[in-house]
Amino acid sequence: MPGTPILQLERIEVIYDQVILAVRGISLAVPQGGIVALLGANGAGKSTTLKAISSLVRAERGEVVQGRILFDGTDITHANPAKLAESGLVQVLEGRHCFGHLSVEENLKTGGFVRRPSRADLSASLEKIYHYFPRLKTRRHSLAGYTSGGEQQMVAIGRALMAKPRLILLDEPSMGLAPQIVEEIFEIVRDLNQREGVSFLLAEQNATVALRHASYGYVIENGVVATEGTASELAGSDALQASYLGGKTVASLVAA
Amino acid sequence: MIYTEAGQFSIRYSHDRRIFRLRQDRIGITALLLFAFAAVPLLGNDYWFSAILIPLLVLSLAGLGLNLLTGYAGQLSLGSAAFMAVGAFATYNFQLRVPGLPLLASMALGGVMAAGVALLFGLPSLRIKGFYLLVSTLAAQFFVEWFFTKFGWFSNNSASGVISAPPLLILGHDFSNPVGRYLLTLAVVVVVTALARNLVKSELGRNWMAVRDMDTAAAVIGIPLLRTKLLAFAISGFILGVAGALWAFTYLGTVEPHGFDLARSFQILFIIIIGGMGSILGNFLGAAFIVLFPVLLSQLSGSLLSGVIDAGQLENLQKIIFGVLIIAFLIKEPDGLARLWQIARERARVWPLRY
Repeated sequence: MPGTPILQLERIEVIYDQVILAVRGISLAVPQGGIVALLGANGAGKSTTLKAISSLVRAERGEVVQGRILFDGTDITHANPAKLAESGLVQVLEGRHCFGHLSVEENLKTGGFVRRPSRADLSASLEKIYHYFPRLKTRRHSLAGYTSGGEQQMVAIGRALMAKPRLILLDEPSMGLAPQIVEEIFEIVRDLNQREGVSFLLAEQNATVALRHASYGYVIENGVVATEGTASELAGSDALQASYLGGKTVASLVAA
Repeated sequence: MIYTEAGQFSIRYSHDRRIFRLRQDRIGITALLLFAFAAVPLLGNDYWFSAILIPLLVLSLAGLGLNLLTGYAGQLSLGSAAFMAVGAFATYNFQLRVPGLPLLASMALGGVMAAGVALLFGLPSLRIKGFYLLVSTLAAQFFVEWFFTKFGWFSNNSASGVISAPPLLILGHDFSNPVGRYLLTLAVVVVVTALARNLVKSELGRNWMAVRDMDTAAAVIGIPLLRTKLLAFAISGFILGVAGALWAFTYLGTVEPHGFDLARSFQILFIIIIGGMGSILGNFLGAAFIVLFPVLLSQLSGSLLSGVIDAGQLENLQKIIFGVLIIAFLIKEPDGLARLWQIARERARVWPLRY
């Protein structure tokens, strides 16, 4: 990995409710301009890791009790979530969370206000989003609540992009979407990555799709990194299968 | 180590259904009840019974009534004091107009009347939700207060609608002295609380929680919304009615309709917010906070600042400090005092480990 990574986690531990240990010492790095996938079964700690990075765990009675999170070399372990969005680290939440009573265009605009843009700047950014998501342009005046799941996911990603982020935390972009739409969304993610230089850290259940587009991956199991490697290494190994389907633990496979 | 469930197995379904499944909890609650019934009457004095323990118990019971409705079934209400008033006035009238009716039976019937009124004002709850429901229950608050002031028959045509406690005779025993009133209140509160604790662990209680968490999902799995919500209003109204009767007859002795005003409804709402929504224990903790803290503050300020600031200012100062305390506490623990207890229990279970 050349240069300093844009995001670095050093052995972080997250506790919910002062007694439940959800993440037990995860270390990972996202290189500048990279796409990194976090894989693992339900409850492995993927979402908690993402929320720890964006400081949203505190809203759910969680706390990072150990370790450090570095964004661009600065410590953001206990940073204010709003300040993080301002400095270019934006999360797209699992389950999209569009503002249902706002139109698609209004939803997108809300994402841009954090930069305090001029009118011209705002509409230029909008045009750019519509360039990447032409579907959204045709639906720009419909209420987000009445658009399809795939369109809502596009709105959520587009809204994050309006802040001109350097790193996007993408939580389960494929949730509840048809394979074709998933493919479309991942194509756009890769496009954004290559043309705009946005880095991505994405948590995903759909390991096949994620590894096809990511460059590096971490497999998380019970709150620890069970194995990591380049996308092609992981796609070819048994470790991934074991972590989803059970049977042998990943740790024993790696040792063997 | 001390608070562990290791080795405590449920070998019968009846064990699983116990109100307190853990031996430590059973020992603790038995000790507490013994202390409350046997030791407190010997240790306490009249001031403690009349000014602190009785209102504490009655307000806990009122909190319990509202908590079933708001904390468990998720229906906001500001009509608590109105249902208490119905309970008090109905009990008074049953005692007055039905000769020979035992006091406890009158209280129960008063509760039933309050349940009926609560049911009526709960009818909009199927269509109205959240803050709008809160506003519609205000109607109950203003209507009931007006009703008992307007129609003298309910207060036996006494001046300004004041009613006085009937003689507190149960099976020939007189409970009119402070210790007697304390024991009577305690007994009623313990019985109703045990019933309520059972109720929230029953099918109905689980239905309430389902409706609270997401009423659409509850309807989809076959929980009848209207019946569930109305039962919450009725049972909550019953408990509030009994609490109202106790408030009027074991605590105050004489009461007028304005004694059950909006301020009282807010007080009960604050009890469950501070104590903890959706918790039986929370009502007692919240009532203790509301009743004991002002007493403590006035004692403290009386001894520390009596010469420095004049009495009127001091009283305002106490209210300000009390308000600040509530805000500070709710920032620290938005889920109420009961949550602190729950976290302490969780930590005691894994002690001496951290998690």
